[in-house]
Amino acid sequence: MIAARRASLVPAPGLLRAIGGAVIGLALGAGLAAFGLQAELGQILALGYIFALLGFLLGIGAFRFWLTWAAGREVDVAEEHAAHGRAGDWRRYFRFTTDHKVIGVQYLVSAFVLFFIAGTAAMLMRFELAQPGIATSKDIYNTVMSTHGAMMITVALVSIIGGLGNYLVPLMVGARDMAFPKANALSYWMLPLAIVLVASNPLLGGFDSGWTAYPPLSQQANLGQQAYLMAFVTVGVSSILSAINFLVTVFRMRAPGMSLMRMPIFVWALTVTAALALIATSVVAMAFTMLLFDRLLGTSFFRASRGGDVILFQHLFWFYSHPAVYIMALPGLGAILEIVPVFARKPLFAYPLAVLMFVSIGVMSFMVWAHHMFVSGMAEFFHIPIMLTTELISVPTGIVFLAALGTIWMGRIQFKVPMLWVFGFLWAFLIGGITGVFLADVPTDITLSDTYFVVAHFHYTIVGGTIFGLFAGTYYWFPKITGRMYDETLGRLHFWWFTIAFNATFIPMFWLGIEGMRRRVADYPAGFGLVNLFISFAALNIALSVVVFAFNMVRSWRRGPLAAPNPWRAQTLEWQVASPPPIENFDQIPIVTDTPYQYGSPGAAPGSLGAAPARRLRP
Amino acid sequence: MLLGVKLGILSEVMLFGALFAAYFVIRGESSEWPPVAGLERPELLLPGLNTALLVSSSATMQMAVRAARGGDRSRILRWLGVTLILGGIFILVQGYEFATNGFGLDAGVFGSTFYILTGFHGAHVLAGLGLMAIVTNRARLGLVSAEHHTAVEATSYYWHFVDAVWLFLFSTLYLL
Repeated sequence: MIAARRASLVPAPGLLRAIGGAVIGLALGAGLAAFGLQAELGQILALGYIFALLGFLLGIGAFRFWLTWAAGREVDVAEEHAAHGRAGDWRRYFRFTTDHKVIGVQYLVSAFVLFFIAGTAAMLMRFELAQPGIATSKDIYNTVMSTHGAMMITVALVSIIGGLGNYLVPLMVGARDMAFPKANALSYWMLPLAIVLVASNPLLGGFDSGWTAYPPLSQQANLGQQAYLMAFVTVGVSSILSAINFLVTVFRMRAPGMSLMRMPIFVWALTVTAALALIATSVVAMAFTMLLFDRLLGTSFFRASRGGDVILFQHLFWFYSHPAVYIMALPGLGAILEIVPVFARKPLFAYPLAVLMFVSIGVMSFMVWAHHMFVSGMAEFFHIPIMLTTELISVPTGIVFLAALGTIWMGRIQFKVPMLWVFGFLWAFLIGGITGVFLADVPTDITLSDTYFVVAHFHYTIVGGTIFGLFAGTYYWFPKITGRMYDETLGRLHFWWFTIAFNATFIPMFWLGIEGMRRRVADYPAGFGLVNLFISFAALNIALSVVVFAFNMVRSWRRGPLAAPNPWRAQTLEWQVASPPPIENFDQIPIVTDTPYQYGSPGAAPGSLGAAPARRLRP
Repeated sequence: MLLGVKLGILSEVMLFGALFAAYFVIRGESSEWPPVAGLERPELLLPGLNTALLVSSSATMQMAVRAARGGDRSRILRWLGVTLILGGIFILVQGYEFATNGFGLDAGVFGSTFYILTGFHGAHVLAGLGLMAIVTNRARLGLVSAEHHTAVEATSYYWHFVDAVWLFLFSTLYLL
């Protein structure tokens, strides 16, 4: 009787218990720090956050299975099935579910929510910048600007690989799930609390260092800064876990016949991305941790007054954060190359070369980081080598770009919404790439550094590389994920509105940058007023077009027309199963007999889904 | 599973790589080391002995893996137990050294690098000991056999990694 009552008082593992756990953890950690250790405010926040994160994960049930394993007890089979998402209504999206398809949707929807919040922050910035002078306050502007950056970077880092990647990689390589489903769920559930922490930074005094968090500013700034640093480390750990998972899945779980050179190009792009994330992320996590130690424990890694080195932080930071640019852009490129052959009805042009180029981008991205630091005062002799490697990396990137163009060339193009986004991508990424040359060259970079030219350039590469790819992929795989079709007209409206508004926003910024308008500053000379008003107006249109997108997605998911298993007549494996795919994806593991890009040859198929012996289906 | 552990270790290598990079940059920029007058670098005798302990614990760990491959429960328990004790002594000695070093975390960059580098390593040793305790418990319950000993292998990879990092730490922080 008492046991039953107790059971009803403590909710089952799930979101409710997780929130309870987080609150208890916060109280415990903060209490311990405040009364047990007589700590300062920053240390109280740190310990409180660590305990809250543990409490949250315990409450959601993330450690249940590992704890049972560690204690040497048998895992409850019914519980494990429930965690797998078999008890499948909408509630599984709010629980610790190990099914990669559920996790993919969790990532994707969270990323879009974060995208909307960070977009709103951008609107606030454009409100301040619409006219010269200060409308709100400089501190508010700095905090909003930093929060926008921090959140959008997270969106760019996790949306495609976490969302589409988790959903599609096991399907595309013919596996039933990721290699480590529980670690996969854990890496998702580490994020919500980190995001809450970043979002609550205005309550802690905000932060004004931008997402780069350079010391000494970030050493002295208030608690909001610390909240950002801790959240960033959490996201880093989550991203390392998920990178390991992707690599093991790709190298150990492929279906029979799925040789490396038969893998869909999207999977290849994500493999390189995961390798980059695995190798680079721990460096930045360490740099941010050292910064936290400087703030909290009295160390002096980056304190010049006590023998530390400020530029050291920039080196460690960009050693991750330049590869991170490719962690953001490669998944988008991969999605684009996956979509192009389907809508051009042609085999992917130069597939082996594209794979090779993805790998070389990955390798070279570790040799270019210091081009962010030409004006930092770093060693002079480093300028020329870094300038050369930076210009060299545009070669493999250009070849990947040409693979897309070569596929489109002379194809029978079907201008569906995903394909429209491909064209938008090609245009935006082209502008981003060309303007990048001026920032790679030391003489021009020294002039353009910290101006709006930089802002425009990286929005063309990151919005062009990631967000256009994300929209293309979301429309393309929407029927597979939801089992329903999106509305084509609204999709077109979204594309044209977004693309025109996006270009109208950022092209004038190149001009502003060349004229000398400084980035990250709330005010500017009155002469730039008219152009900035125009930019703010255009930016508002970006936001409105995204509302169309959100409306289309929500409405079509609820009552769009049912989609066929393979509405695009694509050949990769995910389209050969039902929409949405059943639990565990395949009744029988498929046997792969060819590359998935045999468009234009009748009767071609990448493999058989039955138990038939391996034989070439193509005559 | 084992590939996952290897990749995880690769990411840890980069983590310590960042720490070592910071150490060498900071040390390279100061004309003397330690840069603060009146500080002595730690004595060599005790850490030297400690290094020997940790290296031999790697060997005993490998004996445990061998025993696990053969499915010999009592030998697994014996060797895991020896490794646990060696690792435990290492951590205790390290703690004693921290307490008696005569300089603290706030002793400029010298204290920062010394304590954060060895401290991160110490946290990894503790994590390794925790893993080992879990594996030992599972072996005690008879859950480790010739067919199912992945956890022992994985723990051994991790332990050898922790050991190798220490060799680098010892040679840079104490000897160099």
